[in-house]
Amino acid sequence: MGKQINVALIGNPNTGKTSVFNALTGLNQKVGNYPGITVEKKEGICKLPRGVKAHIIDLPGTYSLNASSLDENVVIELLLNKKDKDFPDVAVVVSDVENLKRNLLLFTQIKDLQIPTILVINMADRMAYKGISLDIPYLEQQLETKIALISTRKNQGISALKDLIANFKELSVKPCLNASEIDTEYFDNLKKAFPNQLLYKLWLVITQDVNFGKTDRNEIDAVADFKTKSKADLKRLQQKETIKRYQFINDTLKKGQTIDLSTAKDLRIKLDRIVTHKVWGYLIFGIILLTIFQAIYDWSSVPMDFIDSTFASFSEWTKNVMPEGAFTNLIAEGIIPGLGGIVIFIPQIAFLFLFISVLEESGYMSRVVFLMDRIMRRFGLSGKSVVPLISGTACAIPAIMATRNIESWKERLITILVTPFTTCSARLPVYLIIIALVIPEGRVLGLSYQALTLMLLYLIGFGAAVGSAYILNKVLKIKSKTFFVVEMPNYKLPLFKNVALTVIEKTKSFVFGAGKIILAISIVLWFLASYGPGDNFNNAETIITEQYASQNISQEDLQQEIASYKLEHSFIGITGRAIEPLIRPLGYDWKIGIAIVSSFAAREVFVGTLATIYSVGSDEEETIKNRMAGEVNPILGGPLFNFASGISLLLFYAFAMQCMSTLAIVKRETNSWKWPTLQLVIMSSFAYIVALIAFQLLK
Amino acid sequence: MTLADIKRGEKGIITDVSSIHIPLKLLEMGCLPGNSVELVQVAPFADPMYLNINGSHLAIRKETAIHILIEISNG
Repeated sequence: MGKQINVALIGNPNTGKTSVFNALTGLNQKVGNYPGITVEKKEGICKLPRGVKAHIIDLPGTYSLNASSLDENVVIELLLNKKDKDFPDVAVVVSDVENLKRNLLLFTQIKDLQIPTILVINMADRMAYKGISLDIPYLEQQLETKIALISTRKNQGISALKDLIANFKELSVKPCLNASEIDTEYFDNLKKAFPNQLLYKLWLVITQDVNFGKTDRNEIDAVADFKTKSKADLKRLQQKETIKRYQFINDTLKKGQTIDLSTAKDLRIKLDRIVTHKVWGYLIFGIILLTIFQAIYDWSSVPMDFIDSTFASFSEWTKNVMPEGAFTNLIAEGIIPGLGGIVIFIPQIAFLFLFISVLEESGYMSRVVFLMDRIMRRFGLSGKSVVPLISGTACAIPAIMATRNIESWKERLITILVTPFTTCSARLPVYLIIIALVIPEGRVLGLSYQALTLMLLYLIGFGAAVGSAYILNKVLKIKSKTFFVVEMPNYKLPLFKNVALTVIEKTKSFVFGAGKIILAISIVLWFLASYGPGDNFNNAETIITEQYASQNISQEDLQQEIASYKLEHSFIGITGRAIEPLIRPLGYDWKIGIAIVSSFAAREVFVGTLATIYSVGSDEEETIKNRMAGEVNPILGGPLFNFASGISLLLFYAFAMQCMSTLAIVKRETNSWKWPTLQLVIMSSFAYIVALIAFQLLK
Repeated sequence: MTLADIKRGEKGIITDVSSIHIPLKLLEMGCLPGNSVELVQVAPFADPMYLNINGSHLAIRKETAIHILIEISNG
């Protein structure tokens, strides 16, 4: 095995950096977190010629080395720390052929750090379309680098890039301009004070606005005190530096790049006149949302029914094949229904992530930010809050992490606090099964009532988020500077590979992340439901047989009565009935109560829990849905899941804060227990009150 | 005049930016004296503004645009 080359992929957002990463690594990639922080770390292995392997890190997108967020800071922390095990042997700067000027700013900064650097010019297939031609040898000479002209869309130039990486030792480490000319005296003094340090590295450390990282920087920490200039002066110098770099870039591109405007076409501007239009823009956005909900509902119902019935027959089959006993019961009644409760939601979650990643990949999401900013600002939010609120429909955790690019702390905090109201994919299972039980089938204008109900629930979640943001905006007294810059990237046809990888990655993390919790809870619940204390549980058979001795009752019904009597006196039944008085006014029985309590681990546990509780003691092959439909309300009679209790449950799940992982992430992002505690208490009591009112009015 | 006064379809040249009020990020995206600017689209109430600055397509709020001085180059 040869030596591994460490490669760092760096670039502006929207340059197709991730496509390059996917092209280089394929499925040999893993996504994790940087230690101690929640910034996503993507790394992978790429096979180079002659058996050499490259370890590739896809660093977060950044416009420059002057970090203004946690994500961007990761890039600087790595590039400044030679001792980091991931410190790159070679940096690959990915740029977009249409935005070369802007992309080169970051490139010249990295060159100043004297790291061997390759410049990738991506989307080369669009050059002719845009009337761009490049003088590559001239650019390579001026920029002191090697250039790989590639197109991930057409799969061109990837092997040339691999060759360049393999031969990284031939790359020049000379900076392409002298940035210290912006204030010669200051930089000379700096050099004298720290003769062993790279000048540009010192400058970056001094001007660093953000220092969240814990990187071991002892060797240059001392310079942080070397701030002989005021903050305003430093800012002015940074501006001068930026102008200087642009001067160099403009001069270089004047000779190295020609743009023939007569052949250039700009589809983006034409499209944006419609897509971001005052009327059409909102209309298009509405239609897109409506389509998504209809699709999630319609497309996934077939695979879901299939999965549901497969697991039901699998459970039955296990019971028949394996020898009778507690172990068989644990598998057939605990583990298999529990697993079924996870697997069944794969189709919907996959569809949801498919739509979200298509919206992001295509560049449409930025247009939504633009359209919504003014409206969101009324509620104390930013246009950028729309992205967390929309990705919150997948999961609140990545959504809360996506608030990091909101510049104003107040707008960001409010977004974090209200995002859990949006309907996350974990609520979806609960909604779907209850909607299927209590909302009649049928269509109006081609849309099914059930899909419309689901859409309404999403709107309620969104409304709750926006409404509480409005209140928070009035209540919270936080002064913070607001500013707002959004790039409107070119429209792109989403790459199948990128979308597929996102969907697979996110679905996998749902199945294994949430799946573990669901499975564990299913097993615990099965034990609690299968065993109980005292005579009532142990002598259930005798008690019931005696009770029904005088009545003419079939053997089958008798078994059913025994099973439900046992369940009522099991550990879970005792606990459930203890909390029943609290939830009865909402229209729930103790079984639903148990499901709600276990939902605080993760909402999607609800269905799995009911599946486990109902399958204990039942012999027939039944789907979860049919079992729930058959439940009878012990007090009021009639089906337990009727319109009133169903709506009450839907509303409870719409508002309650029932996700420990979200609370943990809010704690981490706000660095205080105050905010997650407030979320838990306020959201859950609001949910209780609304569900109470709904049931009492509808019953 | 400031960038906040530009009309749709008008093109201008940035003459000055107030570095205290303008985030560095905006400068890095090309919002620097001498560069061209064009208003592509405005959201309702003319805020935020969708601009083409030096080939970068970006949206900023009006409150930021008033700190950028421009000269109209063609109407």
